[in-house]
Amino acid sequence: MQIKMKKVKIVTRRRGETTETWIDVPDTGEEGWGDVAGMKYVGQRHQRIDAVEKVTGRAKYTYDMKLPGMLYGKILRSAYPRARVVRIDASKAAALPGVKAIILPDDEGAADLLRRECRYAGQEVAAVAATTLEIAEDAMNLIEVQYTELPFVVHADKALESGAAQVQDDRPNGSEPRVNEQGDINVGFAESEVTVEAGYKTEVHTHVSLETHGSIAHWENGKLTVWASTQAISATQGGLSQFFGIPNSDVRVIKDHMGGGFGSKLGPRPEYAVAALLARKAGVPVKLMLTRKEEHITTGNRPDSFQNVKIGAKKNGKLVAYRRENFGTGGIAGRASIPGQPYLYEVPNFRVEQTDVYTHGGPQTALRAPGHPQAAFAMESVMDELAAALDMDPMAVRQMNDPDETRRNMVTLGAERFGWDKRRATPGPATGIQRGMGMGAGVWGGGGGRTKAEGVIHPDGSVEIRCGTQDVGVGTKTVIAQIAAEEFGLTLDDIIVKIGDTNYPPSGGSGGSTTCASVSPAVKNTVQMARLKLFDTFASSTFGVSPHDLEAKDGKVYVKSDPSKSMTWQQAAAQLGDEPLVVQGQWVPGLSSSGVPAVQFIEVEVNTATGVVKVVRVVAVNTSGLIMNPLLWESQVNGGVLMGIGYGLYEERIMDPRAGYMVNPNLEAYRVMGAMEIPEIEVVAYNQPERGVIGIGEPPFIPTAPAIANAVYNACGARVRAIPITPDKVLAALAERREG
Amino acid sequence: MSEDQHLHSDPQETPSTETTDLSLSRRGFLKGMGTGAVTAAVAPAIFVNQAEAKQQSITELPGVTDTRIQLRINGQTHTVDIEARATLASVLRDQLEITGAKVVCDRGECGACTVMVDGRTAYSCTMLALDAQDKEISTIEGLADGDKLHPVQEAFIEKDALMCGFCTPGFVLSTKALLDKNNNPTLEEVKRGVSGNICRCGTYPRVFEAALAAAQKMRNGG
Repeated sequence: MQIKMKKVKIVTRRRGETTETWIDVPDTGEEGWGDVAGMKYVGQRHQRIDAVEKVTGRAKYTYDMKLPGMLYGKILRSAYPRARVVRIDASKAAALPGVKAIILPDDEGAADLLRRECRYAGQEVAAVAATTLEIAEDAMNLIEVQYTELPFVVHADKALESGAAQVQDDRPNGSEPRVNEQGDINVGFAESEVTVEAGYKTEVHTHVSLETHGSIAHWENGKLTVWASTQAISATQGGLSQFFGIPNSDVRVIKDHMGGGFGSKLGPRPEYAVAALLARKAGVPVKLMLTRKEEHITTGNRPDSFQNVKIGAKKNGKLVAYRRENFGTGGIAGRASIPGQPYLYEVPNFRVEQTDVYTHGGPQTALRAPGHPQAAFAMESVMDELAAALDMDPMAVRQMNDPDETRRNMVTLGAERFGWDKRRATPGPATGIQRGMGMGAGVWGGGGGRTKAEGVIHPDGSVEIRCGTQDVGVGTKTVIAQIAAEEFGLTLDDIIVKIGDTNYPPSGGSGGSTTCASVSPAVKNTVQMARLKLFDTFASSTFGVSPHDLEAKDGKVYVKSDPSKSMTWQQAAAQLGDEPLVVQGQWVPGLSSSGVPAVQFIEVEVNTATGVVKVVRVVAVNTSGLIMNPLLWESQVNGGVLMGIGYGLYEERIMDPRAGYMVNPNLEAYRVMGAMEIPEIEVVAYNQPERGVIGIGEPPFIPTAPAIANAVYNACGARVRAIPITPDKVLAALAERREG
Repeated sequence: MSEDQHLHSDPQETPSTETTDLSLSRRGFLKGMGTGAVTAAVAPAIFVNQAEAKQQSITELPGVTDTRIQLRINGQTHTVDIEARATLASVLRDQLEITGAKVVCDRGECGACTVMVDGRTAYSCTMLALDAQDKEISTIEGLADGDKLHPVQEAFIEKDALMCGFCTPGFVLSTKALLDKNNNPTLEEVKRGVSGNICRCGTYPRVFEAALAAAQKMRNGG
């Protein structure tokens, strides 16, 4: 073998332990991704390779699949936020023609899935499988359950009151506060010349993936195959094998297309296990997809937050002290923490105290940038209030206290594109229709690792890339094809991308903006090695050169120094003889990084008579290091901004405090952005290709809500400290201003 | 529209579900809240119905009768045995495995189940299959002419007007329906034309671009 190799160190951290391993990678003499500007695919605008399937309806989602003999599953859920099941009778359901399996809480294997003790309205109690979805629904409704209703509490503030119903048997509703401090806030506030103190509130927010959670479970000879709408095939495989006590190798999880996840589909889900239990009992495959209502109630949400913030600064705007006490609820899951330091800015003296609260609500789960939008809303709002108190431009106050040079540059760039200099220096009048401008910022980690990939070059020249990652709709397949096409000198159509199957080399879950930064380096390492190994079969014998001296471009393989010495890609692949070349590679350092700021400038229009706010214009500045495909990247930024507007203006889970359930589990009363609300969005890329690949899923979502709130204040002087900024809140804030 | 906080104020033309003589259809029975109605506190229908359902045996309910019907879909006639209460969406998807139309909200709020019925867009989740007899139904699967995509489909690909793709069939059909009536729409008209569809990935800006680009293509003869 004439392939030159070099050693690189891979550092992995798992459960607090750091391990270092050295691996061999090809030594191409090139650092990072090389000169992307001159490339045909990497870093270039290309259409999605699966777009034709999607616009023609041919793309098959889990929800679209049908296996021979397949049954439909349904889950009966607790009608009450807290209740004990005292009697359950499924005899009428069992007698219904077409019903093939019923599972009750006391059945074998059901204990961890179906409950006799229900702690939120929507918790799983029983499950059925029948020949049609309609019969399954009928059967579910025929299961008679007698509950003993128990006291409950569904709001975080109420759950902290003395005498509130206790959610978990072994601990109080409020956790011990977690404290994070630096310096001395008493000294800091004594030194402060201007202080602002205010309370901020954000609401529980749900994912609203259009394809609901669900799966199809199929047992064959004791082995389980699951098609699931999941962001994490590997974690789902592990979870199901653990649940059923069978080896990982006996569980296969497959996911091709999926209709969104946004963090809620990152692990094994109870409804996957229910489907598999039903399928095992019925002896045929079972498909179980949740309804929209179940999706809102049971599959996770972003916790709310109550944040009391005090901030102190010198007259010149320099921050001196910061104090925050916050709590929120993740329902029965508790956990509601947000970043535990002053978000984004440098403050010498700070103290943050956080409390998680249990309530009788559905469990929280990751939702696009967990914790960050809540933190950003309070911090960026209080910075705006501080700037007003200081009589300074809020941008200047931010810039002065922001330690991140990249973000400061992005603010400067965005301000110019937006026309921040045209912003009113003081709020407009509280009359008529007023426009105003605001800004907000955020930060996200991301980063990559933990991914293997496999490249196959067949003797006929066809190419497959296999990787156990998943495309949640952002274009992962396309990016993989781009990297391979670039390396092999082929077109996107020449690359067969196979992902979303635990039979392929493993990758992590697609969450936390880590997919692109995990998969891209692994694929690059794989195809680089595959290319050299292919060349190694003939470089010396045919051209008398080293494999490193060959180039692949436009379907040809040629000697770099003498392009006339060439062969077609097919001729090159034919040198393999009868056997395909199979190469495994893995994530390697130097091609990705983590840590990205995000900045947004927003113009709103406020009707001071009705309180209605409309976002008119957004300038979103983001960085992703090397942007693998700007066309797809811009779409993701649009998506982040629009979900951010929804979070800031429209979306909230509304719980009835007396009944204890969500009253708006649909797509109308839970108000997702529609076409009429879409503003003009300018997506600005702050390019840093030298940093390698960084994900973009979460960053553009973080700054939006506070930027809207600040723009509303600038428009008409209404300081709204709670999102979503609904008309009633605007009118109340305007009344406060008029009185104030 | 800035004063209108009702987000999806301009639903597509959908065939009325009121005129059917099967007023006790599964739709009416299971849906706690009719399309278009907003109330302050909505009892979760699924819970209420558990109680209601216990009063009667399922087989006594009207609508649970097998019926053989014929449907004309994308130019082909299909004979299917359905329960009378079956929606067009469930017959298309579960029985005929024509799955481009998706059921996302199952109550006429999101447009993902959009199909064309006699040339007009319809929410197939709120239409009974029985009511679709003797009508020309076309779905996303019938839009391309073999391998030749419709200009709207081409424009969606070129402008990247899709991400996860789950809402895409509905958006493509709504756009097509708009452009069939008006091949030179303004941006505002495009927004209204697709205002009966919801996308969670946030593809709207590019859907608008695609619609305008497709209009141009269609004016130029496709």
